Parts: sequence; structure tokens; C-alpha cells
Amino acid sequence: MLNKYPLWKNLIILIAIVVGFVYALPNLFPDDYAVQITGARSSTEVDPAVLDRAVKALESEGIEVKSSMLEDRDALIRLTSSDDQLRARPAVQAALGRDYLVALNMAASTPSWLRSLGAGPMKLGLDLRGGVHFLLEVDMETAVGQRLDAVSGQIKQELRDERIRYRGGDVDGKRNIVVSFRDEASRAEAFSLIKRQYNEFLLDQETNGGEFQIILTLSESEVNAIRKYALEQNLTTIRNRVNELGVAEPLVQQQGADRIIVELPGVQDTAQAKRVLGATANLEFRMEARSDAPSSETEKFGFRDEPQRTARLERELIATGNNVANAQQAFDENGQPQVSITMDSVGGDLMNRATRNAIGRRMAVLFIEFRTETETKMVNGKPKEVEKRIVDKGIISLATVQSALGSSFRITGLDSIPEASELALLLRAGALAAPMYFVQERTIGPSLGQKNIDAGMLSVGLGFILVLLYMLLYYRGFGLVANVALTINLILLIACMSILSATLTLPGIAGIVLTVGMAVDANVLIFERIKEELKSGASPQLAINAGYSRAFVSIVDANITTLLVAIILFAMGSGPVKGFAITLCIGILTSMFSGLMVSRSIVNMVYGGRKVEKLSIGGKLANV
Amino acid sequence: MSDDQKQSFDFMGFRKLASVISIILVVASIALLGIRGLNFGMDFTGGTSVELEYAQAPQLGQVRSSLAAAGYDEFVVQNFGADTLVLVRLAESGNDKLAQEITRVLEANGNELKLISSEFVGSQVGDELKEDSGLALLLALLVVLIYVGMRFQFKFGIASVVPLAHDVIIILGFFALFQWTFDLTVLAALLAVIGYSLNDTIVVADRIRENFRKMRVGEPWDIINDSIHQTIARTINTSGTTLVVLLALYFLGGEAINNFALALIIGVVVGTYSSIYVSANLLMVMGVTREDLMIPAKEGIAGSEEDEQPPEWLNRM
Repeated sequence: MLNKYPLWKNLIILIAIVVGFVYALPNLFPDDYAVQITGARSSTEVDPAVLDRAVKALESEGIEVKSSMLEDRDALIRLTSSDDQLRARPAVQAALGRDYLVALNMAASTPSWLRSLGAGPMKLGLDLRGGVHFLLEVDMETAVGQRLDAVSGQIKQELRDERIRYRGGDVDGKRNIVVSFRDEASRAEAFSLIKRQYNEFLLDQETNGGEFQIILTLSESEVNAIRKYALEQNLTTIRNRVNELGVAEPLVQQQGADRIIVELPGVQDTAQAKRVLGATANLEFRMEARSDAPSSETEKFGFRDEPQRTARLERELIATGNNVANAQQAFDENGQPQVSITMDSVGGDLMNRATRNAIGRRMAVLFIEFRTETETKMVNGKPKEVEKRIVDKGIISLATVQSALGSSFRITGLDSIPEASELALLLRAGALAAPMYFVQERTIGPSLGQKNIDAGMLSVGLGFILVLLYMLLYYRGFGLVANVALTINLILLIACMSILSATLTLPGIAGIVLTVGMAVDANVLIFERIKEELKSGASPQLAINAGYSRAFVSIVDANITTLLVAIILFAMGSGPVKGFAITLCIGILTSMFSGLMVSRSIVNMVYGGRKVEKLSIGGKLANV
Repeated sequence: MSDDQKQSFDFMGFRKLASVISIILVVASIALLGIRGLNFGMDFTGGTSVELEYAQAPQLGQVRSSLAAAGYDEFVVQNFGADTLVLVRLAESGNDKLAQEITRVLEANGNELKLISSEFVGSQVGDELKEDSGLALLLALLVVLIYVGMRFQFKFGIASVVPLAHDVIIILGFFALFQWTFDLTVLAALLAVIGYSLNDTIVVADRIRENFRKMRVGEPWDIINDSIHQTIARTINTSGTTLVVLLALYFLGGEAINNFALALIIGVVVGTYSSIYVSANLLMVMGVTREDLMIPAKEGIAGSEEDEQPPEWLNRM
């Protein structure tokens, strides 16, 4: 029968609407202030006893705990106000010690029956709600030191290659490398060699107690260049990491000469973010020292999971995590977590050269972690948080080289799956050029004033109502159908964005209303077609059918083309462009569903299957 | 809107004039972008961040109005950790005295406050955003060209990509001319305009294709004119509803979304214009013919007698 939907089709539409409504619902519940507790290492779990200690610590401070909950790998304590939240973090941190990370957070107060369906609200962005503000400081001394170490290694290698005998060659004090020679001739030879290759250094010659020395000093401009590079590299890495974490609408910017601000909108996994942002995990690949190697060329390290076991490694590095092009968490044949690593071409070469002549020897993978620990000290009678910087280096695997390694290999010896995937993430997102330390953690208020937020919301609501009125006045009965379809479109859009837990900013909200404005297009196209059909003499029933089916081609063509643009922007864009592309994609899909299916279903219910004399579609057509 | 079709308004009669206008606007916009450039917002340029501690919690609204009254035009004021701590970010940078000036301006209201720190902050947008987004946009245009070329015909591909570039360049021209702040929200608006304008162009192109296949007689001029005439009611209504939303956003939305709405208002007007006078005009110039749009022979001559049949599954809807 013409213009009659079968029951199953109406049911599908009904189910889609109900599901959409349920998933859009959590947005009506406000968020709670909370602190989140997680292990300082990804392998440390938070158990009920830990949570209990935290809650007791809060109670003894007189901070009201709204509720506390143990989740998968972390715990969330809800509090009643933001002031409580600020006092709670140091209190809990002090009670739990350094094995745990405590971070400020916002927690959704979605009722449990909704949560059990996996429903949660959209997050409000930094402009509307504010969020958590981290200030990280780049350790510039280490950045310069690392560079000097690398150069010192290279110089020693070259002197050995040229068979010039030298002594020392290590980094002395802050910015000098001192190499000593037995006679003036070797020094002259070395001097010309070094001068040719390392023009970023100021060279000095000195004679000291019968030793002929060359002193390399890093020039001030070179030091600045290293600092600048370290900061820029860290900014890029931090942006990558924030993106890898899936935090939407973050803010990452440079502050001053050596600091980086990271702001994350609330209701995110801030504890994980904090761990990953600050994690300066890197890898070093080194050969195990030969038993006859002089002790000046070796270093002793403990194993990461059993510190009492140690091994002597060569001082010289084969390669580091900086040479990693890609890293993925995977499992070995015994089901143990491992990380598959692909080196870049330089790294692959280095690896191959080092292992080619070392078959049968053992190679170590050294895991390096720079962390800060917060200690509360009494300064002038007031408790003050002091950040202490700690470098941990531990061997995670020491395996015999079976054959020359190339650019792809695997690393085993990791404790757990989360640890393996976090290491993969860190290697993938790029290493930090220099370690970073947290110097500040604060909540930050919304960047827009309440007046602006109110005005924005008002205009958005009014805009939507005006569209509804426009449609109603112009298309009468059919306008009403379009309005119902538009409202359902809005609910579905919100539901989809909530399921993806997208972050909503004020321009984002305006964008949603705009997609509504554009979603009208499908209905307008259809209604104008119906009018045309009526004008050319079709009966109302035939006009409806032809209107929908002819407009279909236009609607699909136009939407698919736009969808293609949105998909490409999503796949290639970054940051805010990506976020916008998601909204656009979802908007197109929901508007096609509501414009074609929902409005057709309503029209069929009203007009379908009976004799109709006249359609309420507005315009001069009423008297056709 | 429901005039007799024989008396179609002669849209294409203005096509020479429209071409001249479009070319002048695009050239002027490119020149303006070259000469004046865009006035990038704090998101792109960075600025100065000043942290202040008040003795008593201030009203942020008052802080904002004092700063505005003192002549600062681009700034953000937010609470920072506690309600007595205030963070002010300004677009200005490289001025060592700025923090003192701000402190003085705010103290003038009789507030007791202390300057905690003042530092330069870098841009919020990484370089990779500019590069990636530019590349993404170019690729998107290329894919539209190929898709529309396959789905319609190559000439239509060109006629749908050129208007997009036209619209984006003209919006940027306006921003360069008036030196309105170009920030991330305006970037989002530009992307929305591309979506909107493309949608508009394809709807018109779709009707042109349909009419070429349906009307066995008639010059391309008449067919294109009729197609525009037949879709004009839809074009006006869709642009109208969208503009209604945008005007509400512009006049009532406050300064936070002013420039966003402004970019979109220009975009919707220019986008609607370009789907007729750039896209259809280009089709005329490139000399689109009935043969270009003939349905391939294997679908039979019967298929080309009528307009394109909707897919079979649609009839079940």
C-alpha cells in the first residue's frame, strides 16, 4: 500500500528514538567534584584497603566525603565542593605515599542504571566548565647534559678510529668536555679533527701538569638552541600523548622559556593523564659488558622487577627510544605481554651494526623513568609541597643476541598488559627530548564568563525555536512533522556524542544547532518536491511518495559528498579540526535518518492508507 | 515561488555581471590577505599570562569589565585553583610592564591584590595543526572532485570544488579587511561553511542533471535556468532557517561566538550565491551538454526517458 510503513520499520524507528533518548539522558545530571587515585606505576593496583586509608585521611581532616568507589584500576572519591577538593588532594597524597598518584577530577553523577547501560554525559569544555591545569617544567640542565654526553661519546669513538691516544673525554662540570693527550702532536691532530666536526663548541687548549688538554665549551647560542629544541620537541610530544589518550579539546601551550601548560577539561581520567604526561619513560639498548672491560667503561644496573639482581652494562648506548618509529603492545607465544618495536632507519642501522658482531653476547633493554614525588615538608611552620626529582633506571630484559637484529624486534620482560601498552604509547607518541616535572596542579575555572555562557546558551535556544517557528509557519502541518523530526535529530545527535563522550565547547554547541539548521534542508527538499508534484497534478498520496523518493537522490548525493569531506578532515586533521569533523559526521548521519525515515514515518501515519483530499503543506498550494 | 515555469526568472542573465563580481571579490580577498594578513587570535599567537591574588574573592565579571574599560580587547579571565586567585591571559606579548599595568588597572577599583607571576605563553595551536589541516583540506577537495566527477560528470566535479575555494577565500578576505580576530572558532566556522556550501551546490547540480536527462529539448542555458528556478524555494528556505539561527547567535550570543557567527553568516550568503553564480555559471562556461549526463547505454534507452529511478529498496521505505 502506498505511504504505509510496515510495523517493523516503525518499530525500528521507535527503538532508535528510545535508545537515543536514554543515552542522551545522562546530560541532565550535574558533575561532582572528585579526587581520583591510581597507582604511580601502571602495574600498581588500588585495593579497598588503600581507598579506606584515603577516606579515613579525609575524615580526619574534616572533609566531607560524598561517596567513594573502587573502579577498574583506580578509585574515585566524590566531594561536595571545589574547596574541599583542593584540600583533599594533598591530604590523600600524604596518607597514601608515593606509590599512588592523586589527581583532581570531575565525576559524572549518572544514575547507576544508566551507567550499567554504558551511558554517560558529554563533557563540558574548558571554556564552559574549566578543568584541571598542570604546569610542567622541562629539565633543561639534563637536556644540555644529554647532548654533551652524546658528543663526548662520538668524539671518543672518532679518536679511537683515528688511533689517537687520549685520556678522559668526559663531561666536566656543566658545559665542558675535557680531553687530555700525552703529547702535543696528538693534541694538534685531535684539535683539527674536533674543530672540523664540532663547530658548535668553543675550543680551548691548555697544558695542565704535563697533560695537553683540549677543552670543548658549548657556546651560549648553542645552549639556547638546545633548550629551544627541547621545549619544542616536548610540546609536540605532549600534544601527541594527549591525543593518544583521547582527551578531547585540551589546551597545550608553552609558558615562559622552559614550561608547558596542559589543561584538560573535567571528567577525564586525569590520573592516567598525569601519569602519562609526566612519564618520561624511555628505553636504552646497551650491550652487556665483557668480563675484561675496564670499569670506567661499564655501569651497573639492577633489574626492574628484582632490584637485588644486577648486571654490568657498557656505558655506550646502541640506540634509544628516540629511534623508535612505531610500537605496539602484543603477546608472545606464552601469552606474556610484549612490545613490538619498529626502529626508524637510523635506529635500525645502529642496531644492526652493534649486533652483527655480537652474536652470542647479551643485550640489555634499560627502562628509564624520570618521575617526581611530592613530599609535604614543613616550611616556616606551614606544610609545603616539595617536588623531588627521581630517575629510575632498571633492566627489563637481558637476552642473548641470536642473530643480527634489524629494524623490527620485540621487547619482553614487562610486568603486565597495562604496562606494556603504556610503554608502547609512550614510545609511539615520541620521547621527550628532556625530562619534565610537574610544578603545579590546579583546578581552573571556565575561561568564559557566566554572562557569555548564558548569552551563548540563550542564543542557541532561541535560534532553535526560531527554526521551528519558521518551519511551522511556512509548511504548516508538514512543518510540524519536520519539527518533530528535528527534535529527534537533536536528541540522537546528543546521544551519539554522549556515547563517544565528546567534549562540548560553546562553539561546539553552536555547531550542533547549526547542523540542526542544516538538517532542515532534507525536509525542505522533500516538501518542495511534494509541492511540485501537487502542482503538476499528482494526487496527494502520489505526491508524497514521489516527493520523498525523488528528493532522496539529491539528499543522499549532497550528504555523502559532505560526509566524505568530514571523514577526511577527521582522518587527517588534528586537535579541534578533528573534533569538529566528528560532530559534522554524526550530524549528517542523524539528519539523514531523521529527515528521511522519521519524517516519512510520521507522514505515513498521518496521511498513509486513506483517501486524502488536501495536504497541509502551506503556500498557495492549499487551493490547487 | 510557484510561478509558471515558462516565466522562469532569468538567473543566468546576470552571469556575466556575477562572474565579474566574483573575480573582483576573490582577487581583492587574496590581495588583502597578502597585504594586511589575518589578525590571528590568542589561540594562534600566544600572549601573556598574569596570575593575581586578591585579598577578597573578586567578581570575575567586574575584572573583565575593568580590563575592557582600560582598552584591552582580547583577554581571558578565570579562577585559578581558589576563588581569590585569578589568571588573566592577554594576547599582548613582549611587554615587560604589562603585568604591572594590569595590576594597576585592577587596583584602581579599590581592590587589594598582589601580582604572583607573569609569563609569556606560546600558541595553543601546534604547527602540525596548520600543516595537517591545510593538507586535509586539499585532499578533501580532491576527493570531492573525484567523487562528484564519478557520480555526476567531471565538469560537475570542477563546478563543485571551485565554489568552495571561492567561499573560503572571500570569508578570509573579509577577516583580513576588517581585521576581525581569527581564532579556532572561526576555523571551525570555515569548515562548517565548506560543508554547507557543498551541500547547496550538489542540490542544485543534482537538479540540473535530472533536468538534462528529463527534458529532451532546450538549450543548456534554459535547462540550467529552470533548474535554479525549481530549487530556489528550497535554497531560500534552507539559507533562511540557517541564517535565522546565525543571526540569533550573532546578536545574542555574546563576544565568545561573535566571530564564529560572523564567519558563518558571510559563508552562508556567499555559499548560497556561489552555488548558483559560481557553480552553475562554471557549468555554462565549460559547456555542459546533454551527452555529458546520458546514462550509460547498458541501462537502456528506456532509462533515459525518465528521470533517474530511486533505488529499488527505497520503494520499500
